[in-house]
Amino acid sequence: MLNRRTLLTHSTKVAALLASAGLLPQFAHAAYNAAAFEMKTMAELVKLLGGSAPIESKDVTITGPDIAENGAVVPVGASTALPGVKRLLILVEKNPSVLSAAFDVSDSVDASFTTRVKMGQSSNVYAVAMMGDGKVLFAQKEVKVTLGGCGG
Amino acid sequence: MADPMRIRAQMAGDKATVRVLMNHEMETGLRRDPAGKAIPAWFIQDVSAQHNGKPILTAQWGASISKNPFLQFSVKGAKAGDRIAVTWKDNKGDTRTDEATVS
Repeated sequence: MLNRRTLLTHSTKVAALLASAGLLPQFAHAAYNAAAFEMKTMAELVKLLGGSAPIESKDVTITGPDIAENGAVVPVGASTALPGVKRLLILVEKNPSVLSAAFDVSDSVDASFTTRVKMGQSSNVYAVAMMGDGKVLFAQKEVKVTLGGCGG
Repeated sequence: MADPMRIRAQMAGDKATVRVLMNHEMETGLRRDPAGKAIPAWFIQDVSAQHNGKPILTAQWGASISKNPFLQFSVKGAKAGDRIAVTWKDNKGDTRTDEATVS
């Protein structure tokens, strides 16, 4: 069962995933979008991903600590109870690459994800919900970092 | 390739809460070694999960996800005994899949 892998450039079209050992599921979702991880701001990231201008919304939730003792491991969560969300993104405003993670939401999972991110410095953290109708909603929270998390 | 993931999947109401701890350096490519040479980027880019073989989640990560990544999500319509599999693939093409049973 071979699927051809196509590299995405600046497009939001879907591509087939390569199932190299038959382990990867067949998804009609994007191959790794390296360009998205080079974006420096939410606005240009969302534009690249084909969403409209982001609007702050109380229906999207970003969770995280007020103060992170260790910027290498900051627990953050993004969620929304709104129906019709296609992707949930976690952004760290002052990181060299603003996008930390992009989750494709299916009907089988809640639109709610928690992970841990590295933060280089105190910064706003965003949860961005990209809706099926093209709307983009976000929530933000300031996370102060006492010890930056990018090593070096 | 890497140590196994630790996956815990537990019923909470009518959904299963899945917590995964992966083993990976998640090197950003921005750090330098003591000699001043940049340590190459090495990080998980693609994550996917299946519930009883059916794909339920895909995610794309950047290098800013913490080392030994943690992920938590909630699966609708799961029940005890169901299988949850999680797969990751990194920028070097390494990949790993681990499975757990919902308790």
